[in-house]
Amino acid sequence: MNSDLMEKDTSIALAKEKWKSNTDTNRKAVIRIKDVRKSFGDNHVLNGFNMELYEGENLVVMGKSGSGKSVMIKCLVGLIAADSGYIEVMGKEIATLDRQTLDELRSDIGFLFQGSALYDSMTVRENLEFPMRRHREKLGVVSDTTPLVIEALENVGLAHTLDLMPAELSGGMKRRVALARTLILKPKIILYDEPTSGLDPITAKEIIELMRSIQKKYGTSSLIITHDVDCARVISERMILLVDGINYAQGTYSELSASTDAKVEAFFKK
Amino acid sequence: MTHQVKQFFVQAGELSSFASRFFKEAFTPPFEFKELLRQCYQMGNRSFVLVGVTGFIIGLVLTLQSRPTMIQFGAVSWMPNMVGISIVREIGPVITALICAGRIASGIGAELGSMRVTEQIDAMEVSGTNPFKYLVVTRVMATTLMLPLLVIFGDLIALYGSALVENLKGNVSFQLYFNTVFNALTFGDLIPATIKSFFFGFVIGLVGCFKGYYSKKGTAGVGIAANTAVVMASLLVFVVDFIAVFVSDIFYEL
Repeated sequence: MNSDLMEKDTSIALAKEKWKSNTDTNRKAVIRIKDVRKSFGDNHVLNGFNMELYEGENLVVMGKSGSGKSVMIKCLVGLIAADSGYIEVMGKEIATLDRQTLDELRSDIGFLFQGSALYDSMTVRENLEFPMRRHREKLGVVSDTTPLVIEALENVGLAHTLDLMPAELSGGMKRRVALARTLILKPKIILYDEPTSGLDPITAKEIIELMRSIQKKYGTSSLIITHDVDCARVISERMILLVDGINYAQGTYSELSASTDAKVEAFFKK
Repeated sequence: MTHQVKQFFVQAGELSSFASRFFKEAFTPPFEFKELLRQCYQMGNRSFVLVGVTGFIIGLVLTLQSRPTMIQFGAVSWMPNMVGISIVREIGPVITALICAGRIASGIGAELGSMRVTEQIDAMEVSGTNPFKYLVVTRVMATTLMLPLLVIFGDLIALYGSALVENLKGNVSFQLYFNTVFNALTFGDLIPATIKSFFFGFVIGLVGCFKGYYSKKGTAGVGIAANTAVVMASLLVFVVDFIAVFVSDIFYEL
């Protein structure tokens, strides 16, 4: 038991050292996470996680199911409060923000949920209009929101679904509508929580292409949480492997896939 | 046993904290008037038929069951007074509240529960809308405002059902029946009954939202939320009724 704990402590210390040596001080970070810890009872999900997302970058965080990826991304937008550590988004420390400032900051962060999270009782149009209710000034919308809604739907190729209910859409269409809803506030950062999970390979590929085209068009910074190696290979500029609640390894896809470390290799085994 | 007692107090504490958050959020802007109106329509208008049918049957049955006994005691002329007072004071509000606990509390519990499980509440939060204000405050206010209206409607239909029996069996005209009922009723019957209906509505909305908003354990949790919402809301309706009768006894001689 003690040797397990000692091994875990050593790996945490090593990960911190690796993270420090890999930090790029020349690039502007839009998200900074330092030594974040989060536990649910005896279950220690994050054990001192560190990460930086640079402006215009596509960063993939990979980890197996239950490794704390979704908890980490929810801590970023203040949906879950971290037990300790420092989380800064666009220069603002999340833990110190009041409700209003946090809501303003959230309008610059798009969040694509794992299950799309479309509002069941609303049409596609209402789903897209909903986030604009509190941010009309930012978007310069006076009364008619239709042009913005149509533009967002055209970006994902679903302008014809305007008056459909979410129940009438397929899984892939739901994910694309959710992406359109994420884009409607013109965010500077987009957080993707398992964007391809539950989709067939062809639809997953379409979603990945869509994510790339959006990044190209709007120059957003993207943080992608996934366990899908193909998704990571196509979209990532840099990757972090989340193991035992820490950033165990980081680098480009080719660097990590060539690693001989057993824990890293396990991710890339077919 | 100890665990159950502990759970009871934990639930009571959490529900109180939820209620205090409701009062804090309900009176601070921004206000969600449009959603409040939509919820009033959903909960009020859509419960009309159910409350009406139930009220009508209660009025009919109460009169049919009491009539032979009243005849036996030679007090059949007191039928409108007896039925009117029992319906307005007690049966109407409680039966309507129980029907609404079944229909509305379970509906809210299941709806919010599924929204929690499918991360729709999180999505709302991230989009800069306060989900507590949008989902909870509007629903609790809607039930609080709509229940007294449903009770009044249910009472009137129940009295109509009773009048129908009296008209068919005792040759009492509708005019005479309703004149007798309204002569027998005083403000001491109407005011406490109306006030307690607001509290019934509040309790039903609050419990439904509480169970749904904190729903856990995936889709199974949605069913649990809907089920426990009905049980807890029905139980609390009787607790509130007991307190209401106790308090109104201080102000009005019952």
